[in-house]
Amino acid sequence: MSDQIDVHKVARLGALAVSDDEVAAVGQKLNAIVGLFDQLAAINTDGVEPMAHPLDQVQRLREDVVTEADIHEYVQQIAPKVEAGLYLVPKVIE
Amino acid sequence: MNFHQMTMVQLAEQLRNKSVSSVELTQYFLDRMTQFDGQINSYITQTPELALAQAAAADARRAAGEDGLLLGMPLAHKDIFCTKDVITTCASKMLANFKAPYNATVVEKLNAAGMVTLGKVNMDEFAMGSTTENSAFGVTRNPWSLDAVPGGSSGGSAAALAAGLAPVATGTDTGGSIRQPAAFCGVTGIKPTYGSVSRYGMIAYASSLDQGGPMAKTAEDCAHLLSAMAGFDERDSTCAEGERPDYVTGLNDSVKGLRIGLPKEYFGEGLSPEVKAATMAVATELEKQGATLVEVSLPNTSAAMPAYYVIAPAEASSNLSRYDGVRFGHRCDNPKDLKDMYIRSRSEGFGAEVKRRIMVGAYVLSAGYYDAYYLKAQRVRRLIKQDFVDAFDQCDVILGPVAPTPAWKLGEKTADPTAMYLADIYTIPVNLAGLPAIALPAGFSAGLPVGVQLIGNYFSEPKLLNVAHQYQQATNHHIQMPAAFA
Amino acid sequence: MTWETVIGLEVHAQLATNTKIFSAASTAFGAMPNTQACLVDLGMPGVLPVLNKGVVDMAIRFGLAVGATVAEKSVFARKNYFYPDLPKGYQISQFELPVVLGGQITIEVDGKEKVINLTRAHLEEDAGKSLHEDFEGYSGIDLNRAGTPLLEIVSEPEMRSPAEAVAYAKKLHELVQYLGICDGNMQEGSFRVDANVSVRRPGAPFGTRAEIKNVNSFKFLERAIMFEVERQIDVIEAGGQVVQETRLYDAAKDETRSMRSKEEAMDYRYFPCPDLLPLIITPAMIEVVKAEMPELPDAKRARFMSQYGLNDYDAMVLTNSREIADYYEAVVAATGGKDAKIAANWVMGELNARLNNDNLSISESPVDAQRMAGLIARILDNTISGKIAKDVFDAMWTSQDSADAIIESKGLKQITDPVAIAAMVRGVIDQFPEQLAEYKGGRDKLFGFFVGEVMKATKGKANPGQVNQILKDELAK
Repeated sequence: MSDQIDVHKVARLGALAVSDDEVAAVGQKLNAIVGLFDQLAAINTDGVEPMAHPLDQVQRLREDVVTEADIHEYVQQIAPKVEAGLYLVPKVIE
Repeated sequence: MNFHQMTMVQLAEQLRNKSVSSVELTQYFLDRMTQFDGQINSYITQTPELALAQAAAADARRAAGEDGLLLGMPLAHKDIFCTKDVITTCASKMLANFKAPYNATVVEKLNAAGMVTLGKVNMDEFAMGSTTENSAFGVTRNPWSLDAVPGGSSGGSAAALAAGLAPVATGTDTGGSIRQPAAFCGVTGIKPTYGSVSRYGMIAYASSLDQGGPMAKTAEDCAHLLSAMAGFDERDSTCAEGERPDYVTGLNDSVKGLRIGLPKEYFGEGLSPEVKAATMAVATELEKQGATLVEVSLPNTSAAMPAYYVIAPAEASSNLSRYDGVRFGHRCDNPKDLKDMYIRSRSEGFGAEVKRRIMVGAYVLSAGYYDAYYLKAQRVRRLIKQDFVDAFDQCDVILGPVAPTPAWKLGEKTADPTAMYLADIYTIPVNLAGLPAIALPAGFSAGLPVGVQLIGNYFSEPKLLNVAHQYQQATNHHIQMPAAFA
Repeated sequence: MTWETVIGLEVHAQLATNTKIFSAASTAFGAMPNTQACLVDLGMPGVLPVLNKGVVDMAIRFGLAVGATVAEKSVFARKNYFYPDLPKGYQISQFELPVVLGGQITIEVDGKEKVINLTRAHLEEDAGKSLHEDFEGYSGIDLNRAGTPLLEIVSEPEMRSPAEAVAYAKKLHELVQYLGICDGNMQEGSFRVDANVSVRRPGAPFGTRAEIKNVNSFKFLERAIMFEVERQIDVIEAGGQVVQETRLYDAAKDETRSMRSKEEAMDYRYFPCPDLLPLIITPAMIEVVKAEMPELPDAKRARFMSQYGLNDYDAMVLTNSREIADYYEAVVAATGGKDAKIAANWVMGELNARLNNDNLSISESPVDAQRMAGLIARILDNTISGKIAKDVFDAMWTSQDSADAIIESKGLKQITDPVAIAAMVRGVIDQFPEQLAEYKGGRDKLFGFFVGEVMKATKGKANPGQVNQILKDELAK
């Protein structure tokens, strides 16, 4: 059997808010989904390599040549908040 | 002329013999969109100005002596493909105002071929869903029955085609998202071999499963559109190198001697009798044309759904982390601090199903669960691929249903995500294996279309298109249109 | 009871490629904000990474240089966390299968050699920068650095003192610059060192470690470790326990302090990046890199000793950086390889002093190797003395003129005519009869006085050796 999902934890990992009155309903759906995964455990995968990609290809390499131009003025038109060429976010505290 | 009843190949002939200009043809479809789309909500964004400008440019190219089957042909893009300076929403509030700063490779290629963008069509948010109900821009309705779902996630593409609001459309298929809406709306769509079509500019859901493909009335139309969409792209590391096969030349080959595999696992419990009957009727027709039927087994079929719902959310949870309200997309009002900005921007921007998959994905990758879920699912994925490899020792193509039932009612499964997931059992194994598969109309049940799929070996799209075309030469399910839109 | 310090270092070396690890945007330092952040670096929806070949070649070069195993197959993974300077919400790094495994660095502390084993080195992308000057409660994000390739080099916890840690870091710093894979600029963040520090009783199992970040000079590395070791010992001796955490070194206060914000139970959810395929490095690729491998510091040092007859110390100083070594060899070659020792003295002496004084690197030296060789040639052929040469060098430093032109225009050519020197010597002796009498009376020390006066009279231009000889002869008369 799968563990019960810690809704607050997975919400935090996903940077999502789940309010206290939603937790039960959200948790129920998530647990139902995760419950589907239990049948994986029954499958014998001894000696089977995990498969990350459908095709057995290898990484292609790009020549180390600059081809990208400065596009900051254009792409910053769609940014929520910019100033002096910088993206602005609420103060980062280290 | 009833241009919306014609196939793309027929329309191309009209353009070629100058019976109609691209501007006229484009205006025809724009008018239909104005007239009919209120009923089905297949378009998120209509782009009439862009369309007419592209059409005029295509006419000029034709006047200058250029020819080309796609030159001046209107189409609809699934709103998952980035279109430069045109709002690209992925059906999410998160990207409601996102003017993409570049064109997807697929868009770039189709633009270069002279195609005309009518607009961007609806889908499930970030392609997560099987009904197009998970759209921030309202549900799309099935033209065959307005209270039925059109399928998803490429539901807008399929519905627009079925209603004659575009001659052809692009779609994407991560777990069945081209094939299932094609089946539900009575159109044809092919999910190519993973790596055939560039994913650059196609907003990612689950990177190792996502694949773009064409949707149209016929397999022949799909073959022509796929020819323009597919190809190596140096911007996509997972895009296959080398030339693509010729998708068109073999369309008229006979199916004589073709071995069609019928996987017993696809015909078991859960499959509705009418879909089963329609699928067997397709087998019978192809057998009549000289193909032979063989029973094959795909023993790990039932494991595909859970494996998919581990792998796809895992990749999605990471792919969707870039939506943080910093460089583009939705940002909440007056964030208190950085964390508040992240959490509120994302919580306001994403819909319920997207949030669920982000959380499930975070869960299966998190410390303590990675091996049991993610790694295990990847091992199962290899078993599923091996099932197909073994089956293709005994047959050339596999025939099966696309979905267990025809389209269901709007709202019928929205309360229970797991019931919705179960409807994907026949489409998902193909994505896990990375194989090509084509969905084609196979008849009707209670007024709703029923579709079947043909699954092929890697890069065997020409064979799939050939078999589908031969079937469509002998049948007329694919040229039916719903009465309200005929 | 004594305490033993245990240190392992993690070094992030920015690779000196033209473009980023996964995009074709420039990596040049110091551009205006966000002018070098392309769609891929910005993490726009739909964009995809493609691996830079230059990055792979540099990783291979490093692996070969430290005698490591260059992995035939390595895999890029995503490290997931939210931070404004991390555009995609994940960093593409290598986790389970890194590109370089093992390897060794030999250090020398107090005349004793010690081998430090490397655990691994892996490739990853750098993040952007958060600028904290106040935009009214906001921080500014510059993503020019986002996607810059990094080689993270991880050592085993085998260093036992701050001095060893510094020696290791310096050795690595020298090596990556030698290999041409990193510019080594610590101020600009091209070479960043994090230290994992713990203490234990000798022979006991490893203690709990703290990771110290933000150390941007070797001096600060030493001080940060020293502070941290004291802190940990104090904690334990007071009956407390060291907490595993990340600590920042504050150079102004000379202390480390806890970075609580980073500690919030991070779960990075590493998994193979589905946008990238396995990196396969073939023997053929390794052979190509091997053929282009530059000479490494230890080999160069040995060669300098045998080829140029330098002692251990000189060879070490001159091979301290590839630039210095190249400069030196260029000077020797331009002087026909005649007296490599004089060239060494000049490069390590006058040149080095002036560079330090003016805060210049050798590549910025106003006197290049060719002009330096021109000066040394005039010393070797006795046109000028070593002392005059220093004046000529000063003049060269502030002008573009060759040594010959300066010698000519200032009339500094050395007097070597024995007749002329003898005449001047006699003139000086005649000038100082009292001193001559004292000298003859046994005050040998006055010989130096006469030498000085002769040199003064010739404005230093007389050949010193000849002056000595002739003076000795004349005084004996």
